[in-house]
Amino acid sequence: MATIKLSVNGRPSTVEADSQISLLTVLRENLDLTGTKYGCGEGQCGACTVLVDGRAQRSCVTRAENMAQKQITTIEGLARGDQLHPVQEAFLEEGALQCGYCTPGMILSTVALLIRNDHPTRTEIIDSLDGNLCRCGAYSRIISAVQKAATRLAKSDMGKGCRQ
Amino acid sequence: MSEIKRTSAPWEPERYELASAPAYRFDLDRRDFFKFLGAGVLVFSVLKQAAWSQESGRARARRGDSLPEEIDAWLHIGENGKVRVYTGKVEVGQNVRTSLGQGVAEELRLPMEQIDLVMGDTQLTPFDMGTFGSRTTPTMNLQLRKVAAAARDLLIDLAAARWQTDRRHLVAADGKVMDPITKGSLEYGALVKGQRLAQRIPGEDPLTPAASWTVMGQSLPKLNGIDFVTGKHRYPSDQILPDMWHGKILRPPAFGATLLSVDSRKAEQMGATVVRDGNFVGVAAPSSGLSAAAIASIHAEWKSEPQPSSKELFDYLKKNTDDGTDLSGDGDRYDVGNVDEAFASSGPRVQRTYTVSYIAHVPLEPRAALAKWDGDNLTVWTGTQRPFGVRDELAEAFRVPEDRVRVLMPDTGSAYGGKHTGETAIEAARLARAARRPVKVIWTREEEFTWAYFRPAGVIDVVGGVRSDGTITAWEFHNYNSGSAGLRTYYEIPNQRIVFHPARSPLRQGSYRALAATANHFARESYMDELASALKMDPLEFRMKNLRNERLRAVFQAAADKFGWGKQKAEPGQGFGMGGGYEKLGNIATFAEVNLDRKAKVVRVVRIVSAFECGAIVNPGNLRNQVEGSNVQGMGGALFEAIQFENGRILNGRMSQYRVPRFSDLPVIETVLLDRKDLPSAGAGECPMIGLAPAIANAICDATGDRLRSLPLIPGSLKLA
Repeated sequence: MATIKLSVNGRPSTVEADSQISLLTVLRENLDLTGTKYGCGEGQCGACTVLVDGRAQRSCVTRAENMAQKQITTIEGLARGDQLHPVQEAFLEEGALQCGYCTPGMILSTVALLIRNDHPTRTEIIDSLDGNLCRCGAYSRIISAVQKAATRLAKSDMGKGCRQ
Repeated sequence: MSEIKRTSAPWEPERYELASAPAYRFDLDRRDFFKFLGAGVLVFSVLKQAAWSQESGRARARRGDSLPEEIDAWLHIGENGKVRVYTGKVEVGQNVRTSLGQGVAEELRLPMEQIDLVMGDTQLTPFDMGTFGSRTTPTMNLQLRKVAAAARDLLIDLAAARWQTDRRHLVAADGKVMDPITKGSLEYGALVKGQRLAQRIPGEDPLTPAASWTVMGQSLPKLNGIDFVTGKHRYPSDQILPDMWHGKILRPPAFGATLLSVDSRKAEQMGATVVRDGNFVGVAAPSSGLSAAAIASIHAEWKSEPQPSSKELFDYLKKNTDDGTDLSGDGDRYDVGNVDEAFASSGPRVQRTYTVSYIAHVPLEPRAALAKWDGDNLTVWTGTQRPFGVRDELAEAFRVPEDRVRVLMPDTGSAYGGKHTGETAIEAARLARAARRPVKVIWTREEEFTWAYFRPAGVIDVVGGVRSDGTITAWEFHNYNSGSAGLRTYYEIPNQRIVFHPARSPLRQGSYRALAATANHFARESYMDELASALKMDPLEFRMKNLRNERLRAVFQAAADKFGWGKQKAEPGQGFGMGGGYEKLGNIATFAEVNLDRKAKVVRVVRIVSAFECGAIVNPGNLRNQVEGSNVQGMGGALFEAIQFENGRILNGRMSQYRVPRFSDLPVIETVLLDRKDLPSAGAGECPMIGLAPAIANAICDATGDRLRSLPLIPGSLKLA
């Protein structure tokens, strides 16, 4: 057993767990942040994507113990109160989901992309999101949502906030 | 409990859809209803044909009663004006929560925000066979609209009585009943205040015609979409209860293996509850990590038998037919005219054989269930397309009456026909009983790949006779194992012999989006191109010459126009192809453009154009989403998805070993929707998929000259052999 210190969505927490435990399991089981999804357990599908210091990371293959000193953002931490993040808004407006199970990972991968690159081309979006699976096949709408969010973020102050 | 049932084909891939519902007793005690719902107005509809359920041969009376009335839909209008709609259908991403809500909003004349749908809860919703076969739109939407229309009439009656006026000049709109003469109006909530009215409708109320729709026909967004983009929605795998433990099952090393011995002492020392019951070995522990460690610590010996492998699959299926054992369902054999005579007088017979592999559904959310016992009462939250079927499986497994089992289905992370059965629910319930607390089981991806079931593999032999003018005179079509959906040809052919041959499948197989229609259309539409090519005819012209069905002709023409069929190729390596057909009341034509990099021998699908028609469109935005999604998902089965197996083991049962379509596979997808407001609305989750595989195969042949007759066309990658 190990004592694992984490900062998730700006809140510090301490968890007693096996030292090998994945970040995904800690988020879902210990912190009840179930917006982060299990999809494959080997970093192949992107459903478990979270932001670690603003970069997209597969929480299923990330050891929680290594996350001390890092700022972790999950889908639950993206909106500011009732104000959705522009990427969340764009996904809703473009209908970029069907069952929605991939959506948290897609949104966080998109946020990470837009932090690095505020005007991604279609090819850059595809390259950047290629590790996120949408089995329902809403890919073209997701690309539209990313483009819409990029445009909107470029115009708003939230873009700067997003870049942390 | 005896061992968990694992038969080779628990879900006949096709004919289960023809089986009618078992009689379900839904006691309608008005006092109970209002105690539970609060005051208001309750409207329900009853299936018209009392004999319907008896004809299925599956009806069974319970508790010595005669067959009860069967309620199939109901809604309640509360004193706060909120409308609660109850349906046994479930939401797996096809967005029927939204489209059904639109139907109710349309007929009841109230904003969508005031509608709440309770779905797939065996205690609260009427019996429903399951959400499959693209039946929700043509049946449930219609049913709920009838109930909503009757509720509107009832509200107008209430207003007329209160105002002592003639109901005929009152109008319902925007959640109110209004009197245009006095300008008086009352909200629905105020009208039902203090009422305890229950009304059974005859199901004959006239519905709003599609041309007058204001809510239906609109691209409304996903009803509770905000819960999905914020992570707030709890899928089955996200459910929790106080004091809940996590369960794990010990999986045999091969299908059908028998357990010889188990040593689980280490698991018990870890503090896990261990269950051994027949072939079932499972553990429950306070954390998923501990339950995984406990299961890994168990030493077990199994005995397994030699089994066929994917290498010999197609020979095996043809040699292991089950003809004659189950030909009870319609749709297994069609004989028209005289095929043998027609072939005798036609040109040389060219027989072609097409094959399709087993593929996996790969729902992004694996199967999951949370089970809780209160004495002999069992409650299970699980992701399934058949909550009532799973309830029956649980009742049987634990030998408790069905009315002591409640199954709830939170909106689930997709299914595609892959979540019909209840094994995860049974596993969680078995462990919960032993652990004396709630237990949740979430299958790993490997378990999902291995222990669910697959889309059937199959072999299809086709031979056709054709005159030199392009008229098809004879058609013989044999499908081994893959199924009978889409078996019949829609081309006008005077002599036909079409047979489905069930086989003893080496793998557990079951339903899959569009069922065998994908395989049958692949074979038929590929063969159509082979005939056209032999005649040196244009494939579209050849199809049209033999096609009378106006709806199908219309989608072929619309897709051809959008695609620019007949245009010159811009560059070498380009290939164009088409495929289409009729399935589940919808009509689809799909055209594909592929590009062959001759040097690298890599084929890419660069453009897909689909024209789809399914009657009056309920939600164009969502329909487009379904058509696009069908094409994306269909690309996997068409191009590279295949389950490999050997001796009772799956060889590629991980996401890293089984390729599914990704962003980088995405072609340009263009969708033409034909809105037939004069026709009833049909479902759209399945049909749009069926034209894609032959369209791609025909386009590859056009680009390369190679006729590929096996799905997947380019296994594992996009590189041609």
